[in-house]
Amino acid sequence: MKRTLLSRALPAALLAVLVLAAWESLVWLFGVPEFLLPGPSAIAGAFWESRELLLRHAGPTAGEAVLGFFVAVVMGALSGILINRSALAERSLYPWLVVSQTLPTVAIAPILVTWLGYGPLPKVLVVTLFCFFPITVATVDGLRATDPDLVRLMRSFGASRWRIFSMVEAPGALPFLFGGVRLAVTYCVIGAVVGEWVGSSEGLGFLMIQDKAQFEIPRLFAEISLLSIMGVSLFLLVALLQRIIAPWTLKRNPSL
Amino acid sequence: MTKGNIRILDGVDLVVEPGTFLALIGPSGAGKSTLLGLLAGLEAPDEGVVEKDGVPITNTGHVAYMPQTDLLLPWRSVVANVSLGLEATGTSRRAARRQALAALERFGLEEFALVPPAALSGGMRSRVALLRTALLGRDTLLLDEPFGALDALTRRHLQGWLLGIAGELAATIVLVTHDVDEALLLADRVVVLTRRPARVALDLPVDLGRPRAMEMETTREFARLKGRLLEALGVSAP
Repeated sequence: MKRTLLSRALPAALLAVLVLAAWESLVWLFGVPEFLLPGPSAIAGAFWESRELLLRHAGPTAGEAVLGFFVAVVMGALSGILINRSALAERSLYPWLVVSQTLPTVAIAPILVTWLGYGPLPKVLVVTLFCFFPITVATVDGLRATDPDLVRLMRSFGASRWRIFSMVEAPGALPFLFGGVRLAVTYCVIGAVVGEWVGSSEGLGFLMIQDKAQFEIPRLFAEISLLSIMGVSLFLLVALLQRIIAPWTLKRNPSL
Repeated sequence: MTKGNIRILDGVDLVVEPGTFLALIGPSGAGKSTLLGLLAGLEAPDEGVVEKDGVPITNTGHVAYMPQTDLLLPWRSVVANVSLGLEATGTSRRAARRQALAALERFGLEEFALVPPAALSGGMRSRVALLRTALLGRDTLLLDEPFGALDALTRRHLQGWLLGIAGELAATIVLVTHDVDEALLLADRVVVLTRRPARVALDLPVDLGRPRAMEMETTREFARLKGRLLEALGVSAP
């Protein structure tokens, strides 16, 4: 188990080392100025130097991302269930949910800030807007994929609609749901940063805007790296949750 | 009974006495499964009535029904799959698991209790699916080609197994099959349906006595009954 995990992570780690080494040497070789492209060592240096500042601003960003994502999971699953249960909801609600995804969230964010102020609420909403749609679609598809013979079997037992849902349909939809959740979780950090760019007084997005204006380019790169680490950590957390909650969903999908 | 404008059952008039093991055979698509669906209350007839103990069947939950595929849930262990029917009808999870475990022990399958279904062979999956249905403790058991998906040898094993335990599972059993040997080996009475729209082509009592054993399949009486069934099915007897 450990061995396979190591051998799976090894190629990616080797590639990262190679790319970083090439980057560092090219920057050094051609004397690229730091405000254009800092080398990895300069970025690491900036990170270490400003670690307290970065971590302090990482907190709100992570909080907005996680909270918005959590709201998106709840709303996405509930709207998916509603669309699956009611033909009326499917016909009336589903098309507008699709339309809502064609509106650029980046353009909606300033309006949300105008309405809701500079606090965390508009950021959480932007994250939710970024994340909920894949979860809705996954829930609808997952519930729709229920084997009709299984529902028939449950009916033959004399099971109520609620028991058919909770014992057969919902667990059966979990593999699909987790697919949507894994997709959505990669959007949530982006959503939080977009929300902060538009108007905020704290968070990594706020810091990025300031550092760009002040030509603190190595620190800007450090902030980008930190956001990436945050996103990957959340993704791994979801994968771990899936392993705990629904281990059977991973049997046929050893890529995780 | 008509499904999408195709008349499937046409005046099937059948009385199953309590305590009987009845086998229904017929050509593929003859409407055998539809008939079981009617008996289980999963579907309603267009014309006529389906009654159990003189009361029309208008709802599910009166009989125990086992569909053609085992439909074991991959997220439940064997014992939790066996307890599914009881849990579905409101028995508490703990009590249902306890009864399921007792049933597995009674039939010598307790070593598989905590195994996920993916690790089971086809024959074992069928046994688990049958126990899941039988555990409901209803007096009537409907089996829809329970061993249809298995290879010939495994099917023979399971037919022998079912022969040994049928009396413990339910008082009245209706088995749908297209295996003539299976029908004769297990049943007290075999009903042959015609092609769609299905009617009763032959209603044959099986006077082979009990207890039965697989060796009876080589007797002259067995061959005679088999000849009559094959004739009714439109397959010429040798």
